[in-house]
Amino acid sequence: MIAATDAAADAAGIRAGMTVTKARSLVPGLVVTDADSEGDLAALRRLALWCGRYSPFVAIDPPQGLWIDISGCAPLFGSERALLRDLHRRIARAGHALQIAVADTPGCAHAVARHVPAGRPVTIAPGKSAGAMALLPIASLRLDFPVVDGLRKLGFVSVEQLLQAPRGPLARRFGRMLHLRLDQALGHAPEPLEPVVAAHVPRARRDLLEPVVTREALAQVIGDLVDDLAGQLAQQARGARRLDCHFRRVDARVQAIRIGTAAPNRDPAHLVRLLGARIGEIEPGLGIEAMTLVASLTEPLRTRQQDLAPGAARNVDLGALVDALANRFGQKSLYRAAPRPGGMPERSVGATGALAAPGMARWDEDLPRPARLIDPPQPIQVTAMLPDHPPAMFVWRRRRYRVLQADGPERLHGEWWREGGEEARRPWSVRDYFQVEVEGGGRYWLFRQGDGEHAATGSMAWYLHGAFA
Amino acid sequence: MRHPAAIAALRARIAAIEGSAAPRHALPFGLPALDDHLPGGGLAGAALHEVAGSAALCDDAAATIFLAGILARLEGAVFWCLRWRDLFAPALDLAGLSPDRVIHVEAGSDTNVLLAMEECLRHAGLAGVVGEVAKLSTTASKRLQLAAERSGVPAFVFRRASALERQAEGTAAATRWRVLAAPSAPLGIPGLGRPRWEIRLERVRGAEPKSWIMEACDAQGRLALPAALADRPAAAQERRRAG
Repeated sequence: MIAATDAAADAAGIRAGMTVTKARSLVPGLVVTDADSEGDLAALRRLALWCGRYSPFVAIDPPQGLWIDISGCAPLFGSERALLRDLHRRIARAGHALQIAVADTPGCAHAVARHVPAGRPVTIAPGKSAGAMALLPIASLRLDFPVVDGLRKLGFVSVEQLLQAPRGPLARRFGRMLHLRLDQALGHAPEPLEPVVAAHVPRARRDLLEPVVTREALAQVIGDLVDDLAGQLAQQARGARRLDCHFRRVDARVQAIRIGTAAPNRDPAHLVRLLGARIGEIEPGLGIEAMTLVASLTEPLRTRQQDLAPGAARNVDLGALVDALANRFGQKSLYRAAPRPGGMPERSVGATGALAAPGMARWDEDLPRPARLIDPPQPIQVTAMLPDHPPAMFVWRRRRYRVLQADGPERLHGEWWREGGEEARRPWSVRDYFQVEVEGGGRYWLFRQGDGEHAATGSMAWYLHGAFA
Repeated sequence: MRHPAAIAALRARIAAIEGSAAPRHALPFGLPALDDHLPGGGLAGAALHEVAGSAALCDDAAATIFLAGILARLEGAVFWCLRWRDLFAPALDLAGLSPDRVIHVEAGSDTNVLLAMEECLRHAGLAGVVGEVAKLSTTASKRLQLAAERSGVPAFVFRRASALERQAEGTAAATRWRVLAAPSAPLGIPGLGRPRWEIRLERVRGAEPKSWIMEACDAQGRLALPAALADRPAAAQERRRAG
């Protein structure tokens, strides 16, 4: 029996469920590998754990699916599209064939991913699940084969027909599962999913006797969980870099929040504060009946003696502030500037972590650099007396600036080693920078592309790149 | 009928009512011309200050370095909350503000910048918090001023691309500055001299508005009086007093 096929086999008409003999008769030179369902499941689990980088909530859907709850996770990647692009690119690069679908409900996403082979992530807009499901075939509803076959015999082809048909008779004939799946896809019925959690990571769990609803009660439980977890972390001499908190509602829906820290941390007060700031995102519905706190990412953290120097308190404080800001605006929008080896000014500044150790590199102390950089540089029209003289006048945004005094040129060479961008196409590019003072005292940074002798160095066009103090 | 002691006592009572009774540390510019004019002998340390350039980019650049110069002479970390990424760190370094001390917070919008500033101002021990916004409402300025008072951290709101003629809203800030590029002194040879700014103190609690022509920050973030002008304001005041 054929258990699974790749894209080429699909194209040749081979389907899962066929006998090998029949498949061989279709494609004489067919390559058949023994199915290893346990190995597949283990690989799927590994992939699910890896997907933990996108969301605190990843569940497996054997034999070949993953559910990732990305609600609230998009800001960390910039946008939902950026998140999906990143996910698609990384998994495709690992050599897997994949189809991503985003929808309001796991059921709908499941159906779209399997029945809309777009090749790129498909997003069903919020509230549009019913419309999307209506277009799909009945087989998309995760039903057993006899049920699908039976429906087909009755003339049902698409989900739309099923939605219009009266429920009673169908339910009597095909069982409850049919409408349960339909309701799950449309969001009328809950879909219990169990998040995948790596073995051996510190975790704490509380099953609550009475479901809790209020923020205060949730905060109280979070406090208990964090205390448990901090104890475990202290035993292992580790600190948390990422915490996932799962809330299981009485209707079996699981919601999750995730926080990150800039440096490994196991200070209960700090972690409680970070988690507490996110409680508002949880919709308790009829109540939360169980909560799990998982330190999904940890790093070694030694116990440190309390520092008596006054500066120490300041550092600790900074970590808390950086975490609070990073959890609100995203890790990427919090950075320090650091010198980077690069020929052109726009690439001489890199970003390092807000709390990273200061590097040794320094910018040149005696080269003038503008306080405000215009990136990308804007083309301007320039009048210069002689080719090598500084400009006498330039026009920017239809305004005329008369240059009174100037310094320059400072010649900068492009990085021939770069692989992408403008400089890769013109590895020998040269810029001559001038610092000019215009009427009124404003100072600007202009440059001319090219050295005037070799066409490969640039087109001799002028650009405005920034303004000085 | 002028009793200095009575007036001092009245001042102290007013200060107590205003909530600024505790002895505040001031951040002096190190220039008598500025410091003597500011109440307390410098910028109030636990307060909000507004700084603006103008619609021209060169004036915004001047205001940026004006801020960098103030922060360079303080100790501790600086949080610089931005809407977009056009701040060029090497220039801050040239004004004495090492990039190791500056943590950029790219918040994306005015609302988020103000939120980020408030969050930063909850933490004592920072050198200062800068926020770049397009507009600052009176309510927002009040919130920031209160936050700065509580933590003792100076807060600076930098109103970006704020046109000269536009009247800014009322503010709870202790001072409001406008920094504009001014023509520098010709060197006599081709080349640029030290940049000059026109620094306008547009509003200050407890003193009159005033404006100065100053030489821009040096590598330690210090302003200077132009050599040729150094004596003139004092002399002019003498004359006025005589007249």
